[in-house]
Amino acid sequence: MNIVVCVKYVPDATADRRFESDNTVDRVGVDGLLSELDEYAVEQALQLKEKAEDPSSVTVTALCVGPEKALDAVRKALQMGADEGVHVSDEAIAGSDYVATSLVLAKAVEKVGAEKGQIDLVMCGMASTDASGSVVPAMLAERLGLPQVTFASVVESQGDQVRIKRDGDTATEVVGGTMPLVMSVTDQTGEARYPSFKGIMAAKKKPLETYALSDIGVDAGDVGLSVAWSEVSETNERPPRTAGEIVKDEDGSGAEALTGFLASKKFI
Amino acid sequence: MSEVLVLVDHVDGAVRKPTLELLALAKKLGEPSAVFIGGADKAGEAAEKLKAFGAEKVYVVDDTEIKGYLVAPKAEALQQLAAKVEPAAILIVSSYEGKEIAGRLAIKLESGLITDAVDLADDGTTTQSVFAGNFTVQAKVTKGTPIITVKPNSATPDETAGAGTVEEFAATISDGAKTAQIVASQPRKASGRPELTEAAIVVSGGRGTGGNFEPIEGLADALGAAVGASRAAVDSGWMPHSFQVGQTGKTVSPQLYVANGISGAIQHRAGMQTSKTIVAVNKDEEAPIFELVDFGVVGDLHAVLPAATEQIEAKKG
Ligand SMILES: Cc1cc2nc3c(=O)[nH]c(=O)nc-3n(C[C@H](O)[C@H](O)[C@H](O)COP(=O)(O)OP(=O)(O)OC[C@H]3O[C@@H](n4cnc5c(N)ncnc54)[C@H](O)[C@@H]3O)c2cc1C
Ligand SMILES: Nc1ncnc2c1ncn2[C@@H]1O[C@H](COP(=O)(O)O)[C@@H](O)[C@H]1O
Repeated sequence: MNIVVCVKYVPDATADRRFESDNTVDRVGVDGLLSELDEYAVEQALQLKEKAEDPSSVTVTALCVGPEKALDAVRKALQMGADEGVHVSDEAIAGSDYVATSLVLAKAVEKVGAEKGQIDLVMCGMASTDASGSVVPAMLAERLGLPQVTFASVVESQGDQVRIKRDGDTATEVVGGTMPLVMSVTDQTGEARYPSFKGIMAAKKKPLETYALSDIGVDAGDVGLSVAWSEVSETNERPPRTAGEIVKDEDGSGAEALTGFLASKKFI
Repeated sequence: MSEVLVLVDHVDGAVRKPTLELLALAKKLGEPSAVFIGGADKAGEAAEKLKAFGAEKVYVVDDTEIKGYLVAPKAEALQQLAAKVEPAAILIVSSYEGKEIAGRLAIKLESGLITDAVDLADDGTTTQSVFAGNFTVQAKVTKGTPIITVKPNSATPDETAGAGTVEEFAATISDGAKTAQIVASQPRKASGRPELTEAAIVVSGGRGTGGNFEPIEGLADALGAAVGASRAAVDSGWMPHSFQVGQTGKTVSPQLYVANGISGAIQHRAGMQTSKTIVAVNKDEEAPIFELVDFGVVGDLHAVLPAATEQIEAKKG
């Protein structure tokens, strides 16, 4: 079985994230990392491998589309236990929107498939922590012509049959599909593992390929900021909230102050 | 004026409020046409409501053949309808399902996509709130039919009736779209409290509750509020995931958000930072949540909340 896990390199959410002058996300000046939500996808892929009858017959390939530094995301996935890594990096990709990103990912998945045989499972996180679009997995399914079982909070599989639990707005559903398919998983699937020392050492020897656009048959004119199908015209930092009043509770004074505030704002 | 398609979010014909908000926004761009994908027997009930909130047309796509499948068939139906009416834009609610339909549709229609808009201007420019609410972004689709998903609570429903002309639309769904099957579905139980994303007031609890949500629920009920929770409270099994506020839970933007025993991590802020008024009760005066508040109480929530609840009940008489 071949599993491809899509991992995105994102600016650290706890750092000061910002935009470039062309309104694209600053991916170079701000420290980045493997999107935390994609760690859950790596974890579930590794668990599927470990649970397989013959784990050695399952290959988990971590795939990332992003600038040079994005290699870090692939490395982290390898350290966690992925078998191989693929990094698609090309100047022309900078500033791509979801549509172009999903094109590059789909073509890269096809290329990995051409080399390794059928890709049975494309795993994604539920959302990237920077764009939080939650649309790339569905776009990948559309482009690859595969079923999608997405937003899984619980993953089960048997042979080529997959079942997931999906918590929607109004109902919890069980969704089933037959591999090959695209799956995305939520942070409810369970803690992702930390790389062990052994894992970190082993990762250094794992196969890691870098593709340029020409390697995967994507025309540079079909991706990047200049051909994006949507355009950001303005980015503005939210004005900081004005400092509020903070009181210490002493012998019940806190409740009274709180009630007073709520009443003054007409919430009572 | 050209039509603007609004995909109807409903449960068995009961139209959910975010759809009414979309109808109000659609009026800015053209004539709102609601697209109801559901049981033909439920269409009448839905059409009445959609008409009352401004739908000029209501397209009914019978879902008998497709309702057991995830997302893909709905995207196909919308694609075919869009090919017929050539709408000025397509608006969809920013739910899991809504975003995924939008994503597939964007590829099919070769159109630009904007997700999680919180406002929409007459010229189609959207406003989004990004990076945990630290930035606002203005964007516009530049290719094809703009497909825009809009967060709940981004507009006020406008109860000005439209013509509400009902038109059946027969979509042809490919076998390829019928591959991810919904094998079981369990509707969420009603809590008896306002819906989290729609509520004017949200009272949330975190790890600091120690698992006892009674003070949270008590205050919520006194204020007529919805109850929310941090991921720490959800991960501890104290509250179901559907109550979670934050990056991987719900985004709320109520008039008043009261955070209790919640430290204010960036991922939690992502779901509540745009609330109009923010109040926190936390026993640690250094807690980052206090950077956001309009009013804060440094104290034990187990003492402050029950006392405040009692006073509020007394005031209400
Ligand atoms: C990818 C990712 C996604 C995430 N998504 C979300 C999300 O959607 N939503 C979310 O909430 N978090 C999310 N988190 C987790 C987030 O980082 C925090 O861990 C979480 O919000 C902490 O919850 P908390 O504030 O309840 O707990 P803590 O951070 O432990 O804070 C508890 C607070 O309670 C106070 N306290 C303790 N006892 C009392 C008392 N008796 N009275 C008053 N105050 C008291 C303490 O002083 C402390 O400030 C996510 C994390 C990651 C990595
Ligand atoms: N540039 C990328 N490289 C690899 N995977 C990606 C990339 N962008 C998105 N993904 C995958 O798609 C998921 C959803 O992303 P998004 O639609 O941007 O929220 C992520 O969790 C990743 O698994």
